[in-house]
Amino acid sequence: MRHIISILIENESGALSRVSGLFSARGYNIDSLTVAPTEDPSLSRMTIVSIGSDDIIEQITKQLNKLIDIVKVVDLSEAAHIERELMLVKVRATGKDREEMKRVADIFRGHIIDVTESSYVIELTGNGAKLDAFLDAIDRSLILETVRTGVCGIGRGDRILKV
Amino acid sequence: MQLTGAEIVIRCLQEEKVEHVFGYPGGSVLFIYDEMFKQDQIKHILVRHEQAAVHAADAYSRSSNKVGVCMVTSGPGVTNAVTGIATAYCDSIPLVIITGQVPTAYIGQDAFQEADTVGITRPCVKHNFLVKDVKDLAVTIKKAFYLAKTGRPGPVLVDIPKDITIHKTDFHYPKSVAMRSYNPVVKGHTGQIKKAVQLLLDAKRPMIYTGGGVILSDAAEKLTKLTRMLGYPITQTLMGLGAYPATDRLFLGMLGMHGTYEANMAMQECDVLVAIGARFDDRVIGNPDHFSRVARKIIHVDIDPSSISKRVRVDVPIVGNVPDVLDEIIKQLEASEGKPDAKHLASWWKQIEEWRKKDSLKYKMGSDLIMPQYVVEKLYEITGGEAFVTSDVGQHQMWAAQYYKFDKPRRWINSGGLGTMGFGLPAAMGVRFANPKATVACITGEGSIQMNIQELSTCKQFHLPVKILCLNNGYLGMVRQWQQMFHGNRYAESYVDALPDFVKLAEAYGHVGIRATQPADVEPALKEAFVKHKNELVFLDFLTDKTANVFPMIAAGKGLSEMILAEEL
Repeated sequence: MRHIISILIENESGALSRVSGLFSARGYNIDSLTVAPTEDPSLSRMTIVSIGSDDIIEQITKQLNKLIDIVKVVDLSEAAHIERELMLVKVRATGKDREEMKRVADIFRGHIIDVTESSYVIELTGNGAKLDAFLDAIDRSLILETVRTGVCGIGRGDRILKV
Repeated sequence: MQLTGAEIVIRCLQEEKVEHVFGYPGGSVLFIYDEMFKQDQIKHILVRHEQAAVHAADAYSRSSNKVGVCMVTSGPGVTNAVTGIATAYCDSIPLVIITGQVPTAYIGQDAFQEADTVGITRPCVKHNFLVKDVKDLAVTIKKAFYLAKTGRPGPVLVDIPKDITIHKTDFHYPKSVAMRSYNPVVKGHTGQIKKAVQLLLDAKRPMIYTGGGVILSDAAEKLTKLTRMLGYPITQTLMGLGAYPATDRLFLGMLGMHGTYEANMAMQECDVLVAIGARFDDRVIGNPDHFSRVARKIIHVDIDPSSISKRVRVDVPIVGNVPDVLDEIIKQLEASEGKPDAKHLASWWKQIEEWRKKDSLKYKMGSDLIMPQYVVEKLYEITGGEAFVTSDVGQHQMWAAQYYKFDKPRRWINSGGLGTMGFGLPAAMGVRFANPKATVACITGEGSIQMNIQELSTCKQFHLPVKILCLNNGYLGMVRQWQQMFHGNRYAESYVDALPDFVKLAEAYGHVGIRATQPADVEPALKEAFVKHKNELVFLDFLTDKTANVFPMIAAGKGLSEMILAEEL
């Protein structure tokens, strides 16, 4: 099953490799990993999407907790949560495709954030399925480049991950 | 007054009451060694290879419960030390390893003797630090000691670039450190312990199974008390030997791949199992699916939550420090009205005694070949069971564990988790420094001993009267045993040709060498070593039966009750 694991970790050099090293050393799977400092610059927040049985996810959580730099670990997918991912897509936009691309981007509530004579860069936010759906909705041959941030997530309502 | 980084390192070690540092100097640690030279509170032990420094510090810790400390230089100093660090990590031994690093400005430039120490050691340390500012040095070393010895212990490495050892700052050694990200649990959950106590009292076929955690947390006395209160059978892993007296009737011997018949059968057939400071390792329970075929309730006490329900599903997990949890279990048992079920317990013991009658450790002794088991039994007799015994890895290690009956904790020193050949001799050195008057025996083989034989030189320099018992069968015995049993007698590269004359080799290093070739030689040779040459290092080269195998044996992937016994071959 797919799980979203949120981590608060000391913002120190090497902290990321402790986490990624743990996953590779123990043969755990990483679907995506995002990390950036929080409003408290001494802490980073990391979101890892991993796929595994309940036993494996339990081990992952325990092993993460064992890393000295990690302050807190929660499995967001255990309860109500929101997940988002940002994607930038560079597409060819010429002739009749130019109008069509704008229209599809609007339908998906994307923004065109760069325009040239022959291309657009479209910014799109949503869960993974929505981003996939957008890519399916446009003509594949027009895609020049895509980049996705990976999932970040947060608990709904009173679920708060804080020190 | 401002101190240099090098002075701070030494001051920190002094504040930690470190008495011995095992190490090897080199370019990046020259300033630290210079400060070491100027003081005499800490004694530095110069080894002949960095791996040995770590093993010695490791065994120093295992035999004393102090934090072991070692110091090596950057690059090859560190890479040589890695095997030692990984060995300590696998067995959860508290160490602080101080490593030199190239100057900060050179890091990442492929400088001479540069290696990414923090990167290389990351998977085999509890934690590591690269000190980038001399102001952080003292608190980092404090954290290293704190992390090494609290929670589930382990090695912690502090990497110090050379320029940091020159920079100056005010020295203040903190009395304590708090880390928001590190708060190991000590007390077990009272409700869980209550459930455990009830399960223990309701058991019909109970079993106690303990591991290295009991030794590491100094809980042997409490374990003995609890076991005797209940009158339940107890078995121990290779790492747990000595936590309960091996000569006591309740002790069923070691379990696992080379465990006794009664221990493995009782482990498989019990209905309530309490696991304490142990981790259901593959060498212990064999195939987990086979183990799980028998329905039993499992109580698991461990300080590390990730050890619980890792290989085997557990019914009552108790996360906590073993002695604290045992205290609580004993307290609740004493307060409880319930008593163990005498009738069921008696029939369980009857069954166990039946298994015990198999006498699974018996071996055939001829008049012309020395059986390796016999050497260990004689060692036990001659040392009165009081020796500290270190071992290397292989058949001799298993025979040592099977035939030397350890009644006390911290007497049996071996590399259980990583299985590191070359551990025994440097370990014996570490034991002797921690226990300056103790009798120390290193049981080894002609394969393992050659992996750190250079330490005979260190032993000479520091007058360490270690007794080395080399069970010399001319083969990498455990490899040969597996090849015989599972690879159609094809002995690929397990025969060691061109062995040195170990007696002459010992003499060349300035020690005493004795060779024994007949069973009748064994006892006189041991007496000569332990009595006549009490104060000298003696290398005993026992030419043993080349075909002897370790039994019982559970083949890899098989279940606990699928043992191969000696008589079945």
